Amino acid sequence: MLFLGDFSVIKPEPGLLFWTTVIFLLFWFLMSRFAFKPIAESLKKREQDIQDALDEAKKAREEMSHLQAENEKLLAQAREERAAILKEAKEAKDEIIGEAKERANAEYKRKVESAIQDIENQKMAALVDLKNKAGQMAIEIAEKVLHKELANKPEQEAYAKSLVDNIKLN
Amino acid sequence: MTAFRKFWIILIISAFGAASAAAQTGHENHPQEQAGETAHPSGQAQEHSGAAAHPAEGHGPCGHSVSVEPEFNAGDNAVHHIADANALHIIGDVYLHLPCILYAPGHGWTLTTTAAFHAHHHGNGTKSKDGYVLVHGNVMRLKNPALAHGEFEVSDYAHQEVEANGKVKTVYNAVINGNCEPLDAKTTFDGGLMGGGITSFYDFSITRNVFTMLLTALILFLLFRAAANAATRREHQAPKGLQNFLEPFVTFIRDEVAKPNIGPKYERYLPYLLSAFFFILGLNLIGQIPFFPGSANVTGNISVTIVLALLTFLISTFSANKHFWEHTLWMPGVPAPLKILILTPIEVLGLFLKPFTLLLRLFANITAGHIVILSFVSLIFIFGDAGKSVGGSAAGAAASIPLTLFMMTLELLVAFLQAFIFTMLSAVYIGTAVEEPHHH
Repeated sequence: MLFLGDFSVIKPEPGLLFWTTVIFLLFWFLMSRFAFKPIAESLKKREQDIQDALDEAKKAREEMSHLQAENEKLLAQAREERAAILKEAKEAKDEIIGEAKERANAEYKRKVESAIQDIENQKMAALVDLKNKAGQMAIEIAEKVLHKELANKPEQEAYAKSLVDNIKLN
Repeated sequence: MTAFRKFWIILIISAFGAASAAAQTGHENHPQEQAGETAHPSGQAQEHSGAAAHPAEGHGPCGHSVSVEPEFNAGDNAVHHIADANALHIIGDVYLHLPCILYAPGHGWTLTTTAAFHAHHHGNGTKSKDGYVLVHGNVMRLKNPALAHGEFEVSDYAHQEVEANGKVKTVYNAVINGNCEPLDAKTTFDGGLMGGGITSFYDFSITRNVFTMLLTALILFLLFRAAANAATRREHQAPKGLQNFLEPFVTFIRDEVAKPNIGPKYERYLPYLLSAFFFILGLNLIGQIPFFPGSANVTGNISVTIVLALLTFLISTFSANKHFWEHTLWMPGVPAPLKILILTPIEVLGLFLKPFTLLLRLFANITAGHIVILSFVSLIFIFGDAGKSVGGSAAGAAASIPLTLFMMTLELLVAFLQAFIFTMLSAVYIGTAVEEPHHH
């Protein structure tokens, strides 16, 4: 039936045109002002936040790798230093030991030498003492000889000569 | 996690679609039962019918009575349901009374509500109010100036085909005191091309479509206001809940529609594109709900798409730069005769064709979707012989429910797609208008 079959949706109606305009313009204004603006702003801010966070993470990562490299360098340096110190210590030790040995040797030599000197000295002292004693003895003998054979000269001389020879043999 | 959530949303909406298809069949069944009843004249309308009213066949001197249902016609049924109406039918004989703002030159403004017409079945009023009556949920005006003031009992409405100037026109009559009183439909701006034209009155009422637009705008505003509040309150935190649900739509329109098509100046136009997208999407979706407060075919009404396309046209035309006008009106590097004869006329025509295709595409897609769904629902009445055969109705329902479910799912896709396409093309038109010259 045409009554129902009135295809009215294709006819522009003044009332609907008017109300659509009013409602849509109002909707546009209110949504822009109170909904889309704050949402767009917060989206922009959040995007900035995320970008900042990513940048920061990248920077931190770079710094970290930089620090790590530095650490490694320091470690290597420390290792080297340790080796050097160890080497030095060993050298010092060797030196000390060598020195000590040398000193000990020298002391030993000195002690032996002084012992030899002592022996020599004692020997000389003993010889001097002996000579003195021999001298005294000679004098005593001479005294005795003098006492006994002062008259007999050749005999005396022979006698003295025998005495001296005796001493020399000793 | 989001993919999962999306899957559930789709599943729930699909299930809802199935349930609502069933609900619609139930709702549609009711008037048809009435049709069976009225074959034996009874009910309020018949009580008041005078001598001039129809006899049992429903055919009297005033024409076919609207109280007697003609044979079920799926096409008429669909066309009736996609139309805008003054009466907002909820269920059975329950109506949400909407304000009527009517203007007749020479008579002035009439402010009332649909309640004044004392509507019963099918939105047919039983009383006239200051010369206006309610026929099938639509306000019409009595031509007789004697009835232009006060209230009159209307016993029935009828329509008949009248031949005038070699054209067959349908004339509507109200039966008042046994007399046939001819009626005027409201003014439409189709220039008589679609059977309308300027009549004795203009209707600025809050109709079903206007009510749905207000409701949708309000719902969208509240949703986005909540999201915006959450966004400002939890500024340096991750989004969640409603905010997390709505923001991807905003970023989608911004990054996939506005930025690539408009370029660096996109921020000025973003609020319009977002408003258009969500307004159309919201209306498309609410129109999918087959019962109150949905079912209104708003974006499938040409008046609505005209306004939206006109705004896109105005925005793109008024932001157009010198470069755009130069390329439209006087394309450089083309011989003058060619420009005058071919290029400039085509380009100027294109200026107006662009918004025209924009308004037609949205209107046609949504209206077609509604008609197909209504046609599938009509299968129940066709199979069931307009409610007389229960077995036939059951068979019809068995065929109708899967088809309707399929169509509703498809329409859900179309709802998003058409909102997207409208926004996308608006962005493209604005983009070409504000494009800076390339240095070749």
